[in-house]
Amino acid sequence: MLGFLIQRLLQAALVMLAMSALVFLGVYAIGNPIDVLISPDATQDIRAATIRAYGLDRPLWEQYGVFLGRLLRGDLGRSFVFNIPVLELVLDRLPATLELALASVLIGAFVGVPLGIYAGYRPDGALSRGIMAASVLGFSVPTFWVGLILILTFAVNLGWLPAGNRGETVRVLGAGWSFLTWDGLQHLALPALNLSLFKLAMMIRLARAGTREVMLSDTVKFARAAGLSEWTILRRHVLRLIAIPLVTVFGLEFGSTLAFAVVTETIFSWPGVGKLIIESITALDRPVMVGYLVLVAFLFVTINLVVDLAYAALDPRLRRRARA
Amino acid sequence: MTAPLLDVRDLRTEFHTRAGVLRAVNGVSFTLARGEILGLVGESGSGKSVTGFSLLGLVDPPGRIAGGSISFEGQELVGLPPARLRELRGKRIAMIFQDPAATLNPVLTVGAQMALAVQAHGGGGDRAARDLAARSLARVGIPDAVTRLDAYPHEFSGGMRQRVAIAIALLHQPDLIVADEPTTALDVSIQAQILAEMKALARENGTALVWISHDLATVSSLADRVLVMYAGRIVESGPVAQVLRAPLHPYTRGLLDSLPAMGRPGEMLAQIPGSTPSLLSLPPGCPFAPRCPRADAACAQDPPVVGTEGRMALCHHPLT
Amino acid sequence: MTAFWKEYAENRVALVALAVVLLVVAAALAAPWIAPQDPYDLANLDLMDARRPPGFVGSSGYAHWLGTDAQGRDLFSAILYGLRISLQMGLVAGASAMAVGALLGILAAHAGGWVEGAIMRVVDLQLSFPAILLALVLVAVLGQGKAQLVIALVAAQYAYFARTAYGAATAERQKDYVEAARATPLPGWRVVLRHLLPNCLPPLIVVGTVQVANAIALEATLSFLGLGLPPTEPSLGMLISNGFQYMMSGRTWISVYPGVALIIMITAINIVGDQLRDQFNPRLRR
Repeated sequence: MLGFLIQRLLQAALVMLAMSALVFLGVYAIGNPIDVLISPDATQDIRAATIRAYGLDRPLWEQYGVFLGRLLRGDLGRSFVFNIPVLELVLDRLPATLELALASVLIGAFVGVPLGIYAGYRPDGALSRGIMAASVLGFSVPTFWVGLILILTFAVNLGWLPAGNRGETVRVLGAGWSFLTWDGLQHLALPALNLSLFKLAMMIRLARAGTREVMLSDTVKFARAAGLSEWTILRRHVLRLIAIPLVTVFGLEFGSTLAFAVVTETIFSWPGVGKLIIESITALDRPVMVGYLVLVAFLFVTINLVVDLAYAALDPRLRRRARA
Repeated sequence: MTAPLLDVRDLRTEFHTRAGVLRAVNGVSFTLARGEILGLVGESGSGKSVTGFSLLGLVDPPGRIAGGSISFEGQELVGLPPARLRELRGKRIAMIFQDPAATLNPVLTVGAQMALAVQAHGGGGDRAARDLAARSLARVGIPDAVTRLDAYPHEFSGGMRQRVAIAIALLHQPDLIVADEPTTALDVSIQAQILAEMKALARENGTALVWISHDLATVSSLADRVLVMYAGRIVESGPVAQVLRAPLHPYTRGLLDSLPAMGRPGEMLAQIPGSTPSLLSLPPGCPFAPRCPRADAACAQDPPVVGTEGRMALCHHPLT
Repeated sequence: MTAFWKEYAENRVALVALAVVLLVVAAALAAPWIAPQDPYDLANLDLMDARRPPGFVGSSGYAHWLGTDAQGRDLFSAILYGLRISLQMGLVAGASAMAVGALLGILAAHAGGWVEGAIMRVVDLQLSFPAILLALVLVAVLGQGKAQLVIALVAAQYAYFARTAYGAATAERQKDYVEAARATPLPGWRVVLRHLLPNCLPPLIVVGTVQVANAIALEATLSFLGLGLPPTEPSLGMLISNGFQYMMSGRTWISVYPGVALIIMITAINIVGDQLRDQFNPRLRR
């Protein structure tokens, strides 16, 4: 198990290195950072001084080395717009996004998996067909448009739920959380639902495909022959058997949820990192863009690692192989 | 004579597919006494497995029991509500499958799976379920049964896995076990071991066995009586010794000739020419006629029953 | 071919979806002739007609069946032109991504060795990274415009094609006749053209169909976020974005109708893609 862990950690570190190089090349090398660092009507002297100060006259690999060294120390530079350290800025906004992403992934899992299992259990039923048609829509309809419709329906027409911001938050562990207050929960409802639709559709499809396959297996036949009720079979046998691919996708989807939060946060003015990156792209706030990307890459790698470990914990066959 | 444990009359199980109605079991009748071991033999596609599943009411859609009667201790199983059937399954009638690697759930411990099977029929708390499971494992010859409860199926060898499956089937000491080719996936040496143990366990508990197999040799070492199925029908039945020594149906003869032990050493094994017919488009008359060395014009008519209920065949031209 | 079409036609839903796709394509092609107004010609716009509800008869004398937007554009015309741009972007990006991806995938499968390792490592890394982020960053770095957007979309999507082509090509590579062909002194590209490429095409077409729909959705999303095409050539995403601010005041049609058009198009393409996948997949064959 330890060897497995070390191997995965090394892999993760390598991926992070590659990602940082890509981000560096993408944001620093392709664009010209000087254009954003100083106003266009600055004198040549000021330009030259700034270039020296930021080390932009050095060869590219040296600049990357400096960038990497600062990165390791957690120094991501200062935001041009807010003039505070990027790390501080991003970490300040991150809880909102994590909360939103987690809520939507949970909705996707706890609503999508049961619906998918049902659709796989009764593939020809009218309700199952309805569920599947809805999941096709969930895949096809762009998130941002559903967000608009949700606002239109629940905020504008019905007036049940607020359409923006986080509402009241409670500070726990140095960060504000919406889900701990009733007001915050109401604010969380629509964005979380919006962001969850894609996962919902995906979870339904995966759970359905898995259930259909498992229901035809000898394991289920044998369980039936032992007199187990259908409910017990679904809950204890089928759920455990389809859990392994679901957990993998669940983890990977959590990462992509962080990315898609960009859209939902913009529509619902949810003050998370997604809204921040859009703002910094429009304002050409490069350090923030870099900080965001490095952070998301880091989260991604971490999630992949956790998923691998969870996978090993869920599948006893794999666990033994890892131990060996 | 006492009433039989199981009395199957004119059982018909059909599959409604897009290509038409497939009659997998086409008018099968037999009886089974308490503690009796019955061999059900046929090639794949003969309907023997579907017959077994029909007994437990476990025919998957699009299949369904279209007619006939299955009387278990005088209780009619055809048309019984699913909940009542479920109460019987595992408790009074159990089943064992071909491949233990596929039947046991790979992600649950053996103990957890056995506990589920215990608690499906009441069975009290977790503690009691565990005790019963351990005793059952010990009974099928699994050493160190209590600790093995926490092992996963992949931690057992193939033969041990099948023993676990048998232990699950024996949990409630059922009156009848339907065994669907339970030794086919195992090594030959382990096959013989399991066969002997199954026979002993059945005798010990007074459990009746329906042993489904494509292999006449296996059945001959185990069963009291044998049914030979072809294309959804029973074409021959009788006590094992009589069927083996003097088969009535040319198909049974063919099966016997293709067994290695029956031929003389060095001789080519006789194969039955052709293959099992598609059950979708069965022509009228004897379904075996196209492959039968004795077939003639008469075989275009449905074959008659020859012999008595205890020793019968379905043939125009029975041997002897 | 006839058998293939017959099997396709058996699925009513897929047939309707195909009809819708063809209709949308026809409408987009014919937009200049069937739209009552050229929505990009500012001289045609009258601010007096702005934000009028569906059915309003404007100063130009004809009815705006789907209403008008904030600049007094006839929404029906704007949607037709928007479809045109969305489809164009989707097709160009989808086709380019397919070309790049298929080339890389087949190259990796054919070359083997470190080339294979390097290409597929990058592809897998990218597949685990959300496409929208990559597109966002590229648009941010490259700036706005059609060409930049296509590059961003291709960069975000080529990996799917590369994976697909690689999978199909490696499966094919192990077959005897390809081994035999490789043993002959024929140049490598002929093996690729004659044997590998044709076998990769069916799965690539399936992925391509779905990816065109994804490209359209991605483009709409980027445009909605204000990072897509310049406002002078509004795609559907831009139209929806423009209408967003009027939604709260009850002028819902400006956002809703372009959205409906977008969804109908994407859903129809996805259903066609689903059906093609089922038909190409031998495992589901009866």
